[in-house]
Amino acid sequence: MRLLFGSLFAFMVAALVGLGATYFALTRGAAFGALTLGSWTAFPKSGTIDADPYARASLARTGRLPTSLGDGVFFAAKTDDSGRVLDGRCDVVISGVTPAARFWTLTLYSPDGALIANSVNRYGFTSQEIVRRADGSFEIVVAPRAYPGNWLPTGGVDHYSLVLRLYDSAVGVSTKAGREAPMPAIKTTSCP
Amino acid sequence: MMRWLLLLLGGALLGGVVHLATIMILPRTATHDAYARISPIAPVNTVVALPAPTPDRELMPFMDPAFADAVCRYDLSKGPLKLTVPVSLAYTSVSFYTRYDVAFYAINDRAAGRRTVDLDLMTAEQHNDMPEEEDVTAADRLIVESPTTTGLIVIRALATEPGLMPLTRNTLAGAQCRPVPPSQASR
Repeated sequence: MRLLFGSLFAFMVAALVGLGATYFALTRGAAFGALTLGSWTAFPKSGTIDADPYARASLARTGRLPTSLGDGVFFAAKTDDSGRVLDGRCDVVISGVTPAARFWTLTLYSPDGALIANSVNRYGFTSQEIVRRADGSFEIVVAPRAYPGNWLPTGGVDHYSLVLRLYDSAVGVSTKAGREAPMPAIKTTSCP
Repeated sequence: MMRWLLLLLGGALLGGVVHLATIMILPRTATHDAYARISPIAPVNTVVALPAPTPDRELMPFMDPAFADAVCRYDLSKGPLKLTVPVSLAYTSVSFYTRYDVAFYAINDRAAGRRTVDLDLMTAEQHNDMPEEEDVTAADRLIVESPTTTGLIVIRALATEPGLMPLTRNTLAGAQCRPVPPSQASR
């Protein structure tokens, strides 16, 4: 009897610890080899045949196809540079330059990866349609109300994610943070 | 007391095994992964355009709305596959995924260096079975080896501005993937 209760207890602990850890790892989207530049994070290795088991499990669960590293790199940001969660009711300014790439796109998504409805049907920008300053740098205003220039509407949602994809770029597994990969800054300028 | 602590420790260790096992098994049991989402609309060995993502409906999360996408769900069990993709105005890429959504190869228009991306997809076994002299004559042919018999080829073309999307989708409609006829397989 003692043996039965004992093993039942051990199995319950095992199920709790094991499934709990799996759930935690998948909802947090954990994977190895994160490349963090400012508030942007990419997992370049997830887009290769060497993707680790956590990356594979997370992809299978979300139903997403990873951006292949031979195609481009997928950087996501959930917060601004001061660590504040991106809020669709605030005005957020993305400014600076991107690492060298043939093309890039910047897209706004809900946290689970859906596009967000807005009055002008604009979900993002490509590197070709952006208005730039003379030195090549740009400024994009992410805000619920219209702005002149590069305006990316938020639709007034609570939280959103920004995704910057660099296509045909040298940024990858061996990239280190710093001068070779300057990412645009994200700043919350005003909040109601 | 000691006994329960030992049981707790044993349980936790076993939990680690359970955790690793579930992580490893998950991709093989997932019923809503990208391959499963694409399968209903994509017949085998044919290029199909994917619907553009909208706020209400999207095939997969985090699709890039600036791109026109097409997919070829391949099955190499009957033989190799030939893929032809016309290059669009701005940027075209072809990415290969295994049955379990792992990206194993990608090429873009610049790397292909022509007006079309032409390549042959086959399993390692089919590649080994190719006659030696063909490997030499086919030096200008790009051969991609798939680690799994089935999988996805995703063809993506960038529309640099929304107005160019119809043109980009049109160009992409010319993409083809088809099985190499057996008579030609050894040519």
